[in-house]
Amino acid sequence: MVKEIERYGIPIVHMATITTISESVGANRIVPCVMIPSPVGNPNLAPEDEHKVRRELCERAVHALTVAVDKPTQFE
Amino acid sequence: MTKRVLMYLNQFFGGIGGEDMASIEPSFKEEVIGPGVGIAAAIKDNAEIVGTIIMGDNYFGENEEEAKQFILDTINEVKPDVFCTGPAFNAGRYGFSCAGACQVAHEAGIPCVSGMYCENPGLEYCQSIAWVAETANAAAKMRKAIPAIANLVNKVCTGEEILPEVDGYFPKGVRKCIHVDRIGADRAIDMLLARLNDQPFTTELPMAEFDEVEPAPPIKDLSKATIAIVSSSGVVPAGNPDRLQSASAQQWNKYDVTGMDDLPAGDYYTVHGGYDPMYVNEMPTRAVPLDIMRELEHEGIIGHVYDTYYITTGTGTAVANAKKFGEEIGKELSELGCIDGVILTST
Repeated sequence: MVKEIERYGIPIVHMATITTISESVGANRIVPCVMIPSPVGNPNLAPEDEHKVRRELCERAVHALTVAVDKPTQFE
Repeated sequence: MTKRVLMYLNQFFGGIGGEDMASIEPSFKEEVIGPGVGIAAAIKDNAEIVGTIIMGDNYFGENEEEAKQFILDTINEVKPDVFCTGPAFNAGRYGFSCAGACQVAHEAGIPCVSGMYCENPGLEYCQSIAWVAETANAAAKMRKAIPAIANLVNKVCTGEEILPEVDGYFPKGVRKCIHVDRIGADRAIDMLLARLNDQPFTTELPMAEFDEVEPAPPIKDLSKATIAIVSSSGVVPAGNPDRLQSASAQQWNKYDVTGMDDLPAGDYYTVHGGYDPMYVNEMPTRAVPLDIMRELEHEGIIGHVYDTYYITTGTGTAVANAKKFGEEIGKELSELGCIDGVILTST
């Protein structure tokens, strides 16, 4: 789905845990996430700490949309 | 001499549990378990299964280094002649885990066998290093997968020749030199003439099709940008009003979040059948981060979160469908004219 949306010229970032799959199917901007059943969250942390992690992931994701890339790139 | 086979299964086929056990640490049992029972019976003239590694689907994806070390340590202890994984059918995490496990065994010099459906994300890598039998897309067809895998194990043990057209496996991409009656120039001319005359012909070398998408240009001013949220996590309003499928999605849906800063638990939940829903049901924004994106909007880091989010279910969804959904959502976002970027979350 990521690739098809990008074909319209809209920058898109894939937030996912198994990033090797993202790369192999050709997503160009990738943000590695926490865990499969909770990509933008970490239920093992206290709420305040979890919020920090979630915030950081989303900031990284929107930042990735502002970076020029020429191939699948992970933003860690 | 009876060869030794080491089996590799996930937590479900290993009989430990379902999604709730997907993060369980790996274990090794000197037992024949699950699909191993059928395979052991079919290979008994040539080999025996000496034990089974059970690896949680999530554990492998989230702890790849530790998982691979466990596999390597077990291989070194058990000293198998063949490493047999799956069948994984179309299960993405399982296929990926089988591929990674085969990589460890392959690098240790052990021939590997597996079974997957043609769209399994783990296949592309696995088929280059293992004999991967082609299976159906669901475990309902286990009874056909077992003999296909056992056949490959048997032939690996006896050293018999294995060919894709005979043994039903995905070609490994290995080229072998053989003698044929006619020289290449003759065969090539025949093929060219057939092509020019619109007659059927069979290529001797299928060309790989690369489908790369040019990266879209970056957003110049994030503080003025409208960002849309798309997700394959299956998060929908309570009651699943549009009946989004739990697997093998036939549709995508969109939901208005105008004026909303959150997707409250209870009002939203996930219907996705491919991961433990507990954490996302506790906090749906762990999959569709509307709350954080709204924070970024209120603080001026981004201009605006688009007031609609797009959702489908990623598990068991045919690649052709996923492609179609991406095209349709992309078309809609493009035609809106105001979407500057997208975040797409997957589970």
